[in-house]
Amino acid sequence: MSRIGIVTEQSPEARVAATPATVKQLTALGHEVVVEAGAGSASAFLDASYLEAGARITTAAEALASDIVLKVNAPTEAEIAQVTPGAMLIGLLAPAFKPELLEALAARGVTALAMDAVPRISRAQSMDVLSSMANISGYRAVVEAAHEFGRFFTGQVTAAGKVPPAKVLVAGAGVAGLAAIGAASSLGAIVRATDPRPEVADQVKSIGGEYLKVEVEVEQSTDGYAKATSEAYDRRAAEIYAEQARDVDIIITTALIPGRPAPKLITAADVASMKSGSVIVDMAAGQGGNVAGSVAGERIVTPNGVIILGYTDLASRLPTQASQLYGTNVVNLVKLLTPAKDGVLVLDFDDVVQRSVTVARDGQVTWPPPPVQVSAAPAAAASAPSTAGAAAAPTQKKPMSPVKKVALIAVGVAALFAVNAIAPPPLPQHFTVLVLAIVVGFYVIGKVAHALHTPLMSVTNAISGIIVVGAMVQITSEVPVVQVLAAVAVLLASINIFGGFAVTRRMLAMFAKGAAPAAAASTSAPSTSASAKGTPAVNVKTGAERA
Amino acid sequence: MPETAALLTPASIAGAAYIVAALLFIMSLAGLSRHETAKAGVNYGIAGMAIALVATVWLTFAGAWGSPQATTGLILLVVAVVVGAAIGLWRARLVPMTGMPELIALLHSFVGLAAVLVGWNGALEETGMTGALLDIHHAEVFIGVFIGAVTFTGSIVAFLKLSARMSSAPLMLPGKNALNLGALVAFVVLTVWYVITPELWLLVVVTALALALGWHLVASIGGGDMPVVISMLNSYSGWAAAAAGFLLNNDLLIVTGALVGSSGAYLSYIMCKAMNRSFISVIAGGFGIAAPSKGDAEVGEHREIEVEDAAEMLKNASSVVITPGYGMAVAQAQYPVAELTQKLRERGIEVRFGIHPVAGRLPGHMNVLLAEAKVPYDIVEEMDEINDDLADTSVVLVIGANDTVNPAAAEDPGSPIAGMPVLRVWEADNVIVFKRSMASGYAGVPNPLFYRDNAQMLFGDAKQRVEDILRAI
Repeated sequence: MSRIGIVTEQSPEARVAATPATVKQLTALGHEVVVEAGAGSASAFLDASYLEAGARITTAAEALASDIVLKVNAPTEAEIAQVTPGAMLIGLLAPAFKPELLEALAARGVTALAMDAVPRISRAQSMDVLSSMANISGYRAVVEAAHEFGRFFTGQVTAAGKVPPAKVLVAGAGVAGLAAIGAASSLGAIVRATDPRPEVADQVKSIGGEYLKVEVEVEQSTDGYAKATSEAYDRRAAEIYAEQARDVDIIITTALIPGRPAPKLITAADVASMKSGSVIVDMAAGQGGNVAGSVAGERIVTPNGVIILGYTDLASRLPTQASQLYGTNVVNLVKLLTPAKDGVLVLDFDDVVQRSVTVARDGQVTWPPPPVQVSAAPAAAASAPSTAGAAAAPTQKKPMSPVKKVALIAVGVAALFAVNAIAPPPLPQHFTVLVLAIVVGFYVIGKVAHALHTPLMSVTNAISGIIVVGAMVQITSEVPVVQVLAAVAVLLASINIFGGFAVTRRMLAMFAKGAAPAAAASTSAPSTSASAKGTPAVNVKTGAERA
Repeated sequence: MPETAALLTPASIAGAAYIVAALLFIMSLAGLSRHETAKAGVNYGIAGMAIALVATVWLTFAGAWGSPQATTGLILLVVAVVVGAAIGLWRARLVPMTGMPELIALLHSFVGLAAVLVGWNGALEETGMTGALLDIHHAEVFIGVFIGAVTFTGSIVAFLKLSARMSSAPLMLPGKNALNLGALVAFVVLTVWYVITPELWLLVVVTALALALGWHLVASIGGGDMPVVISMLNSYSGWAAAAAGFLLNNDLLIVTGALVGSSGAYLSYIMCKAMNRSFISVIAGGFGIAAPSKGDAEVGEHREIEVEDAAEMLKNASSVVITPGYGMAVAQAQYPVAELTQKLRERGIEVRFGIHPVAGRLPGHMNVLLAEAKVPYDIVEEMDEINDDLADTSVVLVIGANDTVNPAAAEDPGSPIAGMPVLRVWEADNVIVFKRSMASGYAGVPNPLFYRDNAQMLFGDAKQRVEDILRAI
């Protein structure tokens, strides 16, 4: 059994790495959970709730000395010094940006797992904190903007005059961008969105935004990506931002490129062209910013009265929700690490997810991990547009060419003609009957209701017991063997006839339309009584209604 | 009245009765195509059968009355009909709705065997024919026995597979197509031979050959194709009756056999279209060659959902679609599912069922089960009716279905089931999959649905789980 320690985050971080709900899940995996007193208070989780969920409340020192330490942000040097060597630490470690942190963790002998290094493959989605936090940040960005913005988001016509709706531009329709679009449009604003990937247009539309397409000739690259946004594209995009900046009241930028500084989307000139009182939220401020003049973590007011928010702690500003989602992501990782649910940790370096998140182990820095074969992303993206149309196509056979069809029919007709022309009576008469019956059979069932397939089949089955007629004719034969065989055939066919009809009636008695169940219950079929459990209930109901 | 007496011969009465019976059978099939007329359809069928039987008995015994074998024949006939009726009614009353596929397969085998016996009798009995007619008679015996025997063993194998007394995996003999084709060629050769020199051992050989072919045909079809196989055997049993009609010069047998044969074939065709399979390849035992699943790369991680959460999700849903599969039949979950449906509907939640054409092991299998549990049939919709609504559905419950909701069929051109129309449940807001384990479905194809963001798994016995949800609601 491993002990999991939850520690209080350093101020101003308000999130906590586990909530009472996730503590329950962690203990269900066979772990013991200790929580530093007051760890959840900033997220509105009381110590009492943790206790109730099965955790023990303890000191910071004991929590840090656990077998697994769960954190939100990277640990400080002081914290690292208190972690037991050989223990495991899970948190947002930003391994790409903090090599010295990884060194310190490795030197201490800590096995460090970075939640933000979860590979973007489909099965790791349940641990993808970047997505879960981006969702919260996008929502919060709108709330922050609304807070700074001096007007309504929604348009109104009141006795005191007409209020125009606010216009919001969201740059980048990723997880955060979509969350922002949704939040802003549900507040009543007119929302527009830009994104270099035209396929997000539908997603934007689905949550109430309008997608601004950058109309340029994009030469299709071989791998399906319009990766290198060409110069013409950049120029046209810049024009759109310039046009929009003059028009909109609020801009929320979310554009990030992994491992590179954020692209500059809104120039100083754009900002200067905005109306006084407009608000810009630069969600990429921590990575260099999308907006000229934004400062990470700061609220800036430009000379022309535009407010630029560069907050980097947007998720932390919704701490209860963020802690819950982060905690669930962590639980899913811990689940992966305790496959037997017995509290025994197993770190499997052959598993890509576990390998990727592990940034330090056995005194070694294990970052960066070997590149993950992201099987889904490129292949799927490349084939996405084509599969949509071709999905049904590949296995569908080509319709027979008309010439071939006519030829086949002609051969069939000729064969039939030949057989009937040379056959002695009564064969031609039999063929007439056969052919007509085939056609009738085909048309009679042409429009059978799907639900009736089974009854239809059991009725045709009963009817095909008509073979009994053949056996009956033979039963008076002078040859005893023939008589016996015929009797057996009659017996078999009788089972078929009686069984087939009886079972069909039984089935049909069960089919009932919602409005009038009584109709089905009143069928006289004697064989229904055994199966129709519901029949008495119907009668009871009608009786009760009368009473 | 001498004139009337001359006109009303047993043969003419029987002939008239046969025409009436054939018409009643046609009306029966037509009636069975719609809910409103289905019951009347069955009654037409029963009436037709009664008329046909009475007329035949009359015809047979009026002709042979007085001879010693007529008395024996009558006794045998009565005993056989009574025993057969007793067995048939007894089985029909007892069979659980989930056991319907097995029963129908077994009944088909009876028709097949009866056809074989009738064919043998045709060979054993002296016909008094000569020349070309005798040759034709011989050929008819062979054709009748052949079709009957194929139907017989084919249905037996289907029955064994459905009742799990035999592995449902397709049998893979080397060169199976050559085997099937060889059997057909051998049949033609033997028929010609028999026509030239009618000897009994040839009949034995052809019977054995047909029995083996029937066995092999169905054994090499995988369990997932059973709906098609059943309706195909249904068709075969019709053709067997029609062949017997040729043999015995009996138009009623021809008409009825052809009716059943062509309607069964058309039904199989509908099924094949629903699975995007070639009709010919299913009939010839061609499918079953499940391409090796290449989908290891797709393996992802599924998420589990607790019963309480599932109940909560259902309570908050505005519309729910339930897509049942064979697993529901196995777990006998139709009653709790019906109860769940009722409870949700009382809460004002729109509940509908989406039935894939090949869900279960019999065409329309799910409809029968749901009807048994008193789910009103107007909320049970078929795939094409409901597929476009799935995107606006809050919660889809997948109960014991797998291949019929597999997104790989629509999205992965390399999948063995690519192109098969499926219920697009993954377009719904949430999908809860009831499943016993992560094992693949009947087709042995991995199902990427389980790893989708909006899909969550609820493991365990479907009936148990649905009852748990009922309690939680």
